[in-house]
Amino acid sequence: MEFCNCIEPPWPADELLMKYQYISDFFIALAYFSIPLELIYFVKKSAVFPYRWVLVQFGAFIVLCGATHLINLWTFTLHTRTVAIVMTTSKILTAVVSCATALMLVHIIPDLLSVKTRELFLKNKAAELDKEMGLIRTQEETGRHVRMLTHEIRSTLDRHTILKTTLVELGRTLGLEECALWMPTRTGLELQLSYTLRHQNPVEFTVPIQLPVINQVFNTSRAVTISPNSPVARLRPAGKYMPGDVVAVRVPLLHLSNFQIHDWPELSTKRFALMVLVLPSDSARQWHVHELELVEVVADQVAVALSHAAILEESMRARDLLMEQNVALDRARREAETAVRARNDFLAVMNHEMRTPMHAIIALSSLLQETELMPEQRLMVETILKSSNLLATLINDVLDLSRLEDGSLQLEIGNFSLHSLFKEALNLIKPIASVKKLYVTLSMSPDLPEYAVGDEKRLLQVLLNVVGNAVKFTKEGGISISAFVAKSDSVRDPQAPDFFPIPSDNHFYLRVEVKDTGAGINPQDIPKLFMKFVQSQPLAAKNSGGSGLGLAICKRFVNLMEGHIWIESEGLGRGTKAIFIVKLGIVGRSNESKLPFLHKSPGNTGKPNFAGLKVIVMDDNSVGRMVTKGLLTHLGFDVLAVASGDECVRVVTHEHKVVFLDVNIPGFDSFEVAVRIREKFSKRPERPIIIALTGNTDRMTKESCLRVGMDGVLLKPVSVDKMRSVLSDLLEHGYLVESQ
Amino acid sequence: MLGLSVDRLRADMNRLLALLFHQGVLDEQFLQLQQLQDESSPNFVSEVVNIYFHESEKLVDKEFSDYKKMGVHLNQFMGSSSSIGAQRVRNVCVAFRAASEQNNRPGCLRALELLEYEYCYLKNKLHELFQIEQQRILAAAVRYPVVQQQLQQHPNNA
Repeated sequence: MEFCNCIEPPWPADELLMKYQYISDFFIALAYFSIPLELIYFVKKSAVFPYRWVLVQFGAFIVLCGATHLINLWTFTLHTRTVAIVMTTSKILTAVVSCATALMLVHIIPDLLSVKTRELFLKNKAAELDKEMGLIRTQEETGRHVRMLTHEIRSTLDRHTILKTTLVELGRTLGLEECALWMPTRTGLELQLSYTLRHQNPVEFTVPIQLPVINQVFNTSRAVTISPNSPVARLRPAGKYMPGDVVAVRVPLLHLSNFQIHDWPELSTKRFALMVLVLPSDSARQWHVHELELVEVVADQVAVALSHAAILEESMRARDLLMEQNVALDRARREAETAVRARNDFLAVMNHEMRTPMHAIIALSSLLQETELMPEQRLMVETILKSSNLLATLINDVLDLSRLEDGSLQLEIGNFSLHSLFKEALNLIKPIASVKKLYVTLSMSPDLPEYAVGDEKRLLQVLLNVVGNAVKFTKEGGISISAFVAKSDSVRDPQAPDFFPIPSDNHFYLRVEVKDTGAGINPQDIPKLFMKFVQSQPLAAKNSGGSGLGLAICKRFVNLMEGHIWIESEGLGRGTKAIFIVKLGIVGRSNESKLPFLHKSPGNTGKPNFAGLKVIVMDDNSVGRMVTKGLLTHLGFDVLAVASGDECVRVVTHEHKVVFLDVNIPGFDSFEVAVRIREKFSKRPERPIIIALTGNTDRMTKESCLRVGMDGVLLKPVSVDKMRSVLSDLLEHGYLVESQ
Repeated sequence: MLGLSVDRLRADMNRLLALLFHQGVLDEQFLQLQQLQDESSPNFVSEVVNIYFHESEKLVDKEFSDYKKMGVHLNQFMGSSSSIGAQRVRNVCVAFRAASEQNNRPGCLRALELLEYEYCYLKNKLHELFQIEQQRILAAAVRYPVVQQQLQQHPNNA
């Protein structure tokens, strides 16, 4: 036999079996080669496959297995050694790779399996989320409905519209068959059907408020299901159909007082309305939780909207009331103004028109008195004089009173002797008292100063009035007048406890008490005494000649003198005591007087010396300028007359004592000139006195002049005497004590 | 004879003045003016009155179309008139001003007419017054030497 170096197959070649093995090996190889191809193909197709390395390994493993089986095909027949070697190599390789693969798969397969569990988990989660989203969606729907409803409800402030809209919107949103609102009646004992959805004109239906079902609803803030047969739910005539489910909720009726600041409205209010909602009958619908929540929220919103509407109604009512009051006040003010104007007109008339003839009568009758008369004629003339004097006094009194009330009365302060004042009063009253056979005593305390500073004329008037009243109302006995300095511990008026006379270095308080043994006054009438035009004794009216003004005027004068006047009486028949306290200046201490005797009468020591004093007159009217210059020259001044404000400011120097400015010039601000003059001399202590000359008598001009810094105002036309007295006052005191 | 004429002239002047006061043409301010006349300014009153007439010519002859300017002049005139005591003239001025403030043209025209009338009357009367005054001064000046001579004679004869 030849040595072919071949290897014999281990078993004998059986033709059929071999053939089948040959074919199977072939197909296995084919399959083994095609699997990786398929894998690669599909993996290339898919986007993500994380295990490429494994795939490569697996592919290698399969390819080698296939190769092995393929090479096996050649080993069925006689084959060379090379084939055997190739076969062996491939088998070894296959063994290596397949072991590696097996090891790798131990790691991979649990991972692959867990993918499946993850997938299951995610599917469950998705199902859950779907459910939740469904819930949220329904809630959002509900919220949207509520917002829309609220918007509808709150977009109006009319109570009726609010309620109607609520019912309509609720009905629409929830698809209700019927919706109704029961409001409490005025008495609060019943609920009345006020609004319904379907019925346009609800019958006046009431149910008592104390029903158990109603209490049940009112006691909770939640929507409560109630039976369709309860009286509040029987809104429709009973039909054949099964009524749907009914729910009721309370609507609190809030007041403004329920809204505390920073707090939610307190629900301590007891007033509720009832809202009843009926589902459509025969629909088998049920009330869902979210629908109930919707109803509760709407009920709250309605409560707030209703309270807003109520507040608005109230404020509108208040505003209407205020407008009415405004109109009434306006009317009253206009009436008051008319009255004041009428009074002023009347006073103006009285002032001039009545005084003039009065003075004529008095002057002429006194002249007549001095001529030769028969006794009867003399008597007649005396009567005429007396009556006209009384009338003149009355006119003066009324005028004084109105000027006092106006506030335009000013006291004429001067030095006077207290002793002579009291003596004069005594002398005036003694004759009348002695006619009535009354005694009059005067006691003046030794610590009273001899002289005082004050308004002598008006003080005398007050004293005379008080003493005169005492004499008038006393039939027997007498009057005692006592005057002394008021101390802080003196007896005070019980009705004016806060009047304290506190003396100071410059002032003292004079206290005068006038006691009489007359008819006395009922203590109840005492407050009325000081009121104008009130007479408290109608019986004595025939003999009393007063107009009822006296005490009122006295009170005002005393008040002007910063004092107090009052009357004490223990009752009818027990006499009266009138007390007044006034503030007077001490002579020599105050800075208003330098000399003890300074009377206001002109022509005191002859012509005051104006020689050589320099003054300036500013007036753009040449006639006026010349007249004023002539006047001042006549008095002895050295006058410089200028026609314009600029020139005036330019030529004024510290040598000029007085500057007269005419303030009637239109389009010309004399006030500005005054200001500029003051500015020019602001640094120097000596500046000229500035006087305004004006034809306007009203207060406005005077006030404007004084406000701008002028030292005084003179009314044109000025007489020589007036100019002389004013200027002597001015240059002596440095300011005008009295400016008219 | 001359002495009598001085007295008669003075009486005439007083009578004229009394008439003017009674008619309300002049008021106390004129008296004040007269008081200011003394040795240092013997012609004070006539000077003032002349200035017054001089100033007023400007107003009375003016055409008026502008109410505001009218008002300004009126104020001046009113001031001057009250300074010398021309009461009636001043009152007419007041009425004139009221009419011009209301833009009441017929009222203004009426007031202007009245003003001219009053002004002319015043002017005439014052001229008359001054004439009498002048005559009196002349007569008085002439009188003095006669009186002095008489006085000088008397002590010698006494």
